[in-house]
Amino acid sequence: MPPAVPAEILLPPRTQIGPIGWLRANLFSTWYNVLITLLILWLLATVIPPMARWMIFDATWATTHEPCARAREAAQAIGVRPGACWAVIPANFRLFMVGTYPVGQAHRIGAALALVVLLGTLTAFRRFRGRALVAAWVLSFPAILVLLHGFQGSAILPLVETTKWSGLTLTFLLAIVAIVASFPLGVLLALGRRSSLPVVRLLSTVYIETVRGVPLITILFMSSVMFPLLMPGGLRVDKVVRAMLALILFSAAYLAENVRGGLQAIPQGQYDAARALGLGNALTMGLIILPQALRAVIPPIVGQFIGLFKDTSLVAVIGLLDLFAIGQSILSNPNWLGLRTEVYIFVALVYWVFSYSMSMASRRLERRLGVGVR
Amino acid sequence: MRQRRLLRGLATALLAVVGLLAWSGPGEAQVNILDKVKKRGKLICAVNAKLPGFGYLTPQGRYEGFDVDFCRALAAAIFSDSGRLEFVPTTAKERFTVLQTGEADVLFRNTTWTISRDTSVGLDFGPTTFYDGQGMMVTKKSGIKKLEDMKNASICVQTGTTTELNLADQFRKRGVPYKAVVFEDADATAGAYEQGRCDGFTTDISGLISRKSIMKDPGAHVILPQVMSKEPLGPAWAHGDNNWGDVVKWLVYGLVIAEEFGITSKNVDEHVNSKEPEIARMLGGDKEAPKAMGLDPKWLYNAIKQVGNYGEIFARHLGPGTPFSLERGVNDLWTKGGLIYAPPIR
Repeated sequence: MPPAVPAEILLPPRTQIGPIGWLRANLFSTWYNVLITLLILWLLATVIPPMARWMIFDATWATTHEPCARAREAAQAIGVRPGACWAVIPANFRLFMVGTYPVGQAHRIGAALALVVLLGTLTAFRRFRGRALVAAWVLSFPAILVLLHGFQGSAILPLVETTKWSGLTLTFLLAIVAIVASFPLGVLLALGRRSSLPVVRLLSTVYIETVRGVPLITILFMSSVMFPLLMPGGLRVDKVVRAMLALILFSAAYLAENVRGGLQAIPQGQYDAARALGLGNALTMGLIILPQALRAVIPPIVGQFIGLFKDTSLVAVIGLLDLFAIGQSILSNPNWLGLRTEVYIFVALVYWVFSYSMSMASRRLERRLGVGVR
Repeated sequence: MRQRRLLRGLATALLAVVGLLAWSGPGEAQVNILDKVKKRGKLICAVNAKLPGFGYLTPQGRYEGFDVDFCRALAAAIFSDSGRLEFVPTTAKERFTVLQTGEADVLFRNTTWTISRDTSVGLDFGPTTFYDGQGMMVTKKSGIKKLEDMKNASICVQTGTTTELNLADQFRKRGVPYKAVVFEDADATAGAYEQGRCDGFTTDISGLISRKSIMKDPGAHVILPQVMSKEPLGPAWAHGDNNWGDVVKWLVYGLVIAEEFGITSKNVDEHVNSKEPEIARMLGGDKEAPKAMGLDPKWLYNAIKQVGNYGEIFARHLGPGTPFSLERGVNDLWTKGGLIYAPPIR
């Protein structure tokens, strides 16, 4: 028997490992992958350099409009396209955030934000969680609305009419109020649709299907143009409140269907088990069915809330100045004419940051509640 | 029992909604608008917050613009303080609703005065503050100064609009041959002009102004002073309050007369004791007419002092110092060949 030759430990071929191997495995594995990779590289090469030049290298980074005007003239003098003028964002930052809220009263928005941050921080610590904190959250919404609205003739909290609520503040208020208020309403409608009482079931079904059959923009138009004319002479509803109601009623119908999906996923055995334990209908719902049903439908519900947050930009068509409409108003300012791209990129970025945060928060919640695991 | 609880829940929700509806409290039905404004302590003015030159927001959240300044002047005339004013931003769709429901007292929002709006929509209109109409934009370097210079020019126009028909009429009337380059939508029309496919671009002048404002080089284009159609823009209010109508109308007229006499926000104090009887009357000498309207004798003095005369307002927002540098054209005083005319204060 020939002596065993110690086998040399050979590394795999150079083309199988390392960066080259990775490239081969992921980008150039087959002829069509090679083609797709090259096509995408070519697209990136044509799109990115001019974009980067416009967005970064040729851009004017300032906080007033004069440098932008000079840069534009200089670019025109040599016949090239001027770079981005990012000055429009810092110069109008306050306007984007609080809009037409009076300058001397803006600390109230800060206070409202501080309250939310405080409650959020307390919630992050497990030992503060409990009924008191839940109550604080629930009470914080009317408290914030009162804080922002104030009272007629008050020295500490002078009245700030809702016509002055605008910018990102208004976007947030609309979204939060709509989300918070549509949730219980949606759950009630979902239960109503599954009720054994024919009248309740019929009313819930008709409501849900009617609202779902109409675009949000129609409901907003109804609330802003038709509704005030139909009201009896003495009754007037604030425009912001009308928009909030429209968003709540719209969102509740969609939420009801999401919740119904969750309710239908609960097996009959759960009801029977609850009954065997001697629980009544209300307790069965509150302690057994709803917690499981809602947990199962967190992803679609959060998806719907993200959609609702972005849908609030539709209030621009009924004359409310939300973040998006404020952007349009800034573009009408003679100092910032023609900066559409810059302003809309910024507005899109703000929407993305908050939508993505909501999506991340939802994923954390899902992990903690073990959705899809248990 | 479950059903009864459900029913009770639904009933509670319904009650909550009704409660929210009533939140704003009772408003006033058909009353004297001026009394309502005075009782409230401020004027509520419906404006456009997104029209370059006419209404926009400053970084401090303050409304500015041509239409906005008339609101300020009206507040100054009523309260001696142009700041006692609340703006309601409105869209084209709901601007009339806010007047009909009393959410706003007056509308200064690039609104064309037409017979249907004056009658069936239930509004009243005041004197025209801006004669809009179809205009023509050309490049500065073309050297075109008037429509007659546009012989054989190509003109970008949106198809299927009254604008297209008007263009044909106006050029035929002048005996000027031209070539229309038509597009389906407004953006494409403006875009084609900007890329140099046409020598001229036509739409309403206020539309031209806002288009110009978003062009890459707004300074390279001019809007010709000639107007090819009638779009009189002016204030509007809910139909039927004649006294309120007098207040709004005479405020606008007063600012026009001030320009006629050369009374500006800078020199109004020098004119208070003027020898010219009409000037003395309008700046506080006449007690009767203001009293009949329910205003202070110094109403017009306050408006001019705090906001300025018609010409000042025009120059501030649309004139040569602005990116629009719009010529007065038809919006000049009648004494200078324009249409801006006011009856005498006597």
